[in-house]
Amino acid sequence: MSDAVFVRNAPAPALSPPASLVGPLGWARANLFSSIGSSAATLVLAALALWLIPPLIAWATWNATWSAPDGAACRTAQDGACWAFIAQKWQYLLYGSYPESEHWRVNLTGAFGAFLIGWLLWTGAPRKGLGAVLFFIVYPVVGFVLLHGAPDFGPPPADTVIFSRVLAPLWAGVARFFDAMRPALPPVDTIVWGGVFVSLLVSLVGIVVSLPLGVLLALGRRSNRPVVKALSVTYIEIVRGVPFITVLFMANNLLPLFVPDAYAPDRFLRPLVGTALFAAAYLAEEVRGGLQSLPKGQYEGAAALGLGYWRTMRLVALPQALTLVIPGIVNNFIGLFKDTTLVAIVGMTDFLGAMDNAMKDTVWSGPTILVTGYVFAGMFYYVVCAAMSAYARGVEKRLAAGRNR
Amino acid sequence: MSQSVGKKAGPAVEFVGVNKWYGRFHALRDINMSVARGERIVVCGPSGSGKSTLIRCVNKLEDHQQGAIRVDGVELTESPRSVEAIRRDVGMVFQNFNLFPHLTVLENCTLAPIWVRKKPKAEAEAKAMELLARVRIPEQASKYPGQLSGGQQQRVAIARALCMEPSIMLFDEPTSALDPEMVREVLDTMVELARSGMTMMVVTHEMGFAREIADRVVFMDAGEIVEVNSPAPFFDAPRHERTKMFLSQILR
Repeated sequence: MSDAVFVRNAPAPALSPPASLVGPLGWARANLFSSIGSSAATLVLAALALWLIPPLIAWATWNATWSAPDGAACRTAQDGACWAFIAQKWQYLLYGSYPESEHWRVNLTGAFGAFLIGWLLWTGAPRKGLGAVLFFIVYPVVGFVLLHGAPDFGPPPADTVIFSRVLAPLWAGVARFFDAMRPALPPVDTIVWGGVFVSLLVSLVGIVVSLPLGVLLALGRRSNRPVVKALSVTYIEIVRGVPFITVLFMANNLLPLFVPDAYAPDRFLRPLVGTALFAAAYLAEEVRGGLQSLPKGQYEGAAALGLGYWRTMRLVALPQALTLVIPGIVNNFIGLFKDTTLVAIVGMTDFLGAMDNAMKDTVWSGPTILVTGYVFAGMFYYVVCAAMSAYARGVEKRLAAGRNR
Repeated sequence: MSQSVGKKAGPAVEFVGVNKWYGRFHALRDINMSVARGERIVVCGPSGSGKSTLIRCVNKLEDHQQGAIRVDGVELTESPRSVEAIRRDVGMVFQNFNLFPHLTVLENCTLAPIWVRKKPKAEAEAKAMELLARVRIPEQASKYPGQLSGGQQQRVAIARALCMEPSIMLFDEPTSALDPEMVREVLDTMVELARSGMTMMVVTHEMGFAREIADRVVFMDAGEIVEVNSPAPFFDAPRHERTKMFLSQILR
């Protein structure tokens, strides 16, 4: 056949690809055995998995002690986990020493919070504005009253004219309202708070307070006003240059020195403030990176339409910048969540602290308790962090699909 | 150039002895010019000649250091309030569109009317749809800018600026970032706008557009205005040596 002139007289049919390209075999070829190096890595890792995973499963399931009244059974069954210990201590691990009769208050606060967070994070949820008001304004007050108990207002300090005329009746009314509630909600001192409840509370407050603070610091650092800029830079650089533990110690020991004794912040509040202020500095840098990556044209486009500084930031710059840095922000939140374990150092019993305390119980002491406790704690932190990162991946994917960028 | 059209008397834009520096670089030199209401000005010149800088001074995206610029008789000062007032009345279209990628086409068009002009949402949306129809892309209203072609994006940008109901429109090289086959649709939109009587200052290399639409062509080089004339004599009988050289380089 001569190549110079060619006219096709029968169409070439579409054939299915050879079996080596599709199906499980094709996948394995492409992903596991594409070269000598990758084949070797596949074999080594498969051997490692075969060697490690079955004993791990055996340890966690059929060799484990699932129920026992004390540590005796666990001390004999040493090649399995002692889940009986977790089952026995679960209340302490969840609530710390929060009185058992009042656990419903923690549960109610948690359920209300979970409901509101679900409302705000769920994509298609209606009336998000109402949800935000409930979450950011109503929830902190309700949560505080529920967890801490009805506050004692005492008699109104009638030291100014305006106060005695206008606010005193209001004060008295609120005080009477809380007095009436006190039998149902007796005060629970923060010293007995603990467990998962405290870990989640510290992270939640840290996240919710640090994000707006971080955004303001990021805007401050990019401000044209020298004083605002200098203050923001100084704050961010100092906080970033100091270990978290130092911030916690300072919040714990120095904060009370700045305010009169009567108004000294609660010992639970101090690490909360410290955590939020610390996280804000890191978030600020994250947000600043997002703001800087926006093209100058976005700011000019907004300016040309007559949008002022705050509207440009709120409507044009921040929505784009925050979307760009979602991975970084979630990374920070995950770090923050794990860093809450450090509050144990200033005397708070977070989940890890509660686990440590529970493991000291001599009734349960045995060789498997430490491993069981720490593996369980690790799983808890892993599950929460994985959930956060999965949600963030979902958000990124949705935004990428919507905007086709 | 002192005829009074419309509600206010006097020129729409007036430059009096304007000088501008970028650091030590003298970017605009002794600019004196007046743009009448309803007048269409095309500014051309080689790159770096200061033509973009000139129109960016009109809505104060750039500051000038000497002289006075008056827009609708109001002098541009440092006061943020006067700057925002001017910007409400002066629309601008950029080379790179500068649409907001996180908002739909319709939201791009209604953002400023709702937040700056305080229009009710429904009214702003009705106006936006009317203008999107005028630039012939109403069917794209619910898409995001990233899903449109360059020409469509630039037409959205024109509609977005018009939604603020400006009395003056600035165009900063509106077709320079477009693929050749999309230049036509944007120019057609601008021609239609020009015929409606809008005051326009257009920086462009589209000499055909200038010849068809401009009342006057301004030629700039090295930060100064070199020649100003009506399009016919400007293109057919340029007087200054630099104008002749520029035209011989771009026209074949």
